[in-house]
Amino acid sequence: MKIAVCLKRVPDTTAKIAIAAGGAGIDEAGLKFVPNPYDEFALEEALKLKEAAGAGETVVYSLGGDAVQETLRTALAMGMDRAVHLQGTGSADPLEVARALAAELAGGGYDLILFGKLAVDDYNHAVGPMVAEILGLPCITAISALTIAGGTASAEREVEGGLEQVTCPLPAVLTCDKGLNSPRLPSLKGIMAAKKKPLDVKPAAVTAGRVSVVGLTLPPERKAGRIVGEGADAVPELVRLLRDEAKVL
Amino acid sequence: MPTILAVTEQRDGALRKVSLEVVSAARTLADALGAEVHALVLASGAVSGAEQLGAHGADKVLAVTHADFARYSPDGFAATVAEQGKGAAAIVFAATATGRDLAPRVAAKLGAGLATDATELAVDGGKIVATRPVYGGKALQKVRLEAAPAIVSIRPNTVPATASAKAGVMEPVAAPAFTARVTVTGIKAAASAALDVAEAPVVVSGGRGLREPEQFKLLEDLAAAFGNAAVGASRAVVDAGWREHGAQVGQTGKTVSPNLYVAVGISGAIQHLAGMRTARTIVAINRDKDAPIFKVADYGVVGDLFEILPRLTAEVKTARGD
Ligand SMILES: Cc1cc2nc3c(=O)[nH]c(=O)nc-3n(C[C@H](O)[C@H](O)[C@H](O)COP(=O)(O)OP(=O)(O)OC[C@H]3O[C@@H](n4cnc5c(N)ncnc54)[C@H](O)[C@@H]3O)c2cc1C
Ligand SMILES: Nc1ncnc2c1ncn2[C@@H]1O[C@H](COP(=O)(O)O)[C@@H](O)[C@H]1O
Repeated sequence: MKIAVCLKRVPDTTAKIAIAAGGAGIDEAGLKFVPNPYDEFALEEALKLKEAAGAGETVVYSLGGDAVQETLRTALAMGMDRAVHLQGTGSADPLEVARALAAELAGGGYDLILFGKLAVDDYNHAVGPMVAEILGLPCITAISALTIAGGTASAEREVEGGLEQVTCPLPAVLTCDKGLNSPRLPSLKGIMAAKKKPLDVKPAAVTAGRVSVVGLTLPPERKAGRIVGEGADAVPELVRLLRDEAKVL
Repeated sequence: MPTILAVTEQRDGALRKVSLEVVSAARTLADALGAEVHALVLASGAVSGAEQLGAHGADKVLAVTHADFARYSPDGFAATVAEQGKGAAAIVFAATATGRDLAPRVAAKLGAGLATDATELAVDGGKIVATRPVYGGKALQKVRLEAAPAIVSIRPNTVPATASAKAGVMEPVAAPAFTARVTVTGIKAAASAALDVAEAPVVVSGGRGLREPEQFKLLEDLAAAFGNAAVGASRAVVDAGWREHGAQVGQTGKTVSPNLYVAVGISGAIQHLAGMRTARTIVAINRDKDAPIFKVADYGVVGDLFEILPRLTAEVKTARGD
């Protein structure tokens, strides 16, 4: 089983976001960066599948500046076999990111290419299915359960009010959602081993594409609310406000 | 005349509510661009809801019927939308499980620009500008789609469905040839209520303050009193296995924009706020008057939720005339 995982480096979800001068991006000074949480489900699934198969290779790819090498080392410490750093800047156009990743993944001979369902910075939900289209591979998105048997992937994905059961033949692209597994933490031994694992660096050409960022702003502050009262006695007044003022009843 | 393609969704043979929002959004863009709206319906049998699509601004309703379209067919839907959308000025999807799966496939097939999960659409100098929450709702990004077709998906509940009567002429269209490699073999209905937190107009969410999973009955009762509500949860209780993953609201759960969000026994961690701060009205019930949730709540009640909830359920029932 040969499995690739695409991993994005993103700001920690607890980070406070500030807008950089110019108003189109965030101020990265002092921000902590982490592997995209959904990509951790992809890493864990790759490791589990290889362990179950008893043989194979797991390769992790990340596109970005030199700092992504730190994120790739974390994936190697979790147990991935080798890493590829595609050196380049991202793009607001997810298709350009997908093209750069697909160019590198094509011809890799992978049975599975795993993605997160979305990157928590740009919220695109797009790069995985786009890579699948470019490579002509079948794709199931946002999976929360997976079985591989006889060259077929059987997965579950959450839809409004239920779970869709979906199958497709391998090789395939899958994007991973919460619930799929519980990602392992790198062990001390893993961290030591990661230092010696191969990490290739290759240039990636990412063009601007068809999407331009006009601006980035902080959301409007919510108007200061009020404490209606204390305990159950405040309920009638709350209900009155919901009916007469907020008009939600 | 240029066209805007509105991709609609059916469930159990009926048009989904979010599809009226999609057609309305397409109508607004079409009026700004001097274009026509073509609403695309993919179905396996009789097509329903054409009149509603017309009433919300569709000039034409393109009906594609195919035996495989009783359920979602990623390959078949993508081929059909790409075929119908290739000459369009824009294609509008809903940011639902289906739309989020489909829009990127179509964008890749057409080599088109994509803006997902938009909460606002505008036209500036003949180009579509989408506003979309990023960084878990901690910032709002405005992107301009520079070339046609511009592909966008809109979050449920953010663009209102508005009446705008147009002809809505039904036109049957053949599905293009496709190979279905991905097959939806079944759908398991969720154990809990049919309303999804991402789409419900009212969401009542519980956190660790509920103390044990059985106490969510109190929230289910409140949701039933509202009638149109879904029950959400904080990550703390989802991780504890009290509620399903699908109920989690927040940065690594669902982002919701209901008319009313009631947070009960939830402290209001930054990752939770990310998922619900765009709700129109927020109510918080918490015994800790300094809990951060009160900073975003329009109305707060300080106190023991076990006392407050039964009373609230009863008063909401009375107010709604049950
Ligand atoms: C990477 C990452 C992603 C995350 N993503 C999410 C996410 O998507 N969604 C999310 O929700 N969290 C997320 N979190 C977790 C988040 O940081 C918080 O830990 C979590 O939201 C806390 O849940 P809670 O409010 O239920 O629990 P707590 O913080 O323990 O709050 C419980 C609240 O209940 C109140 N309470 C207790 N008893 C009563 C009573 N009898 N009556 C009234 N009030 C009472 C307390 O005063 C307290 O405010 C994430 C964390 C990380 C690190
Ligand atoms: N720069 C990148 N490098 C590697 N993988 C990426 C990159 N950007 C996105 N991805 C992958 O694509 C998924 C979806 O990202 P997005 O479409 O940006 O929400 C992520 O979870 C990653 O698996």
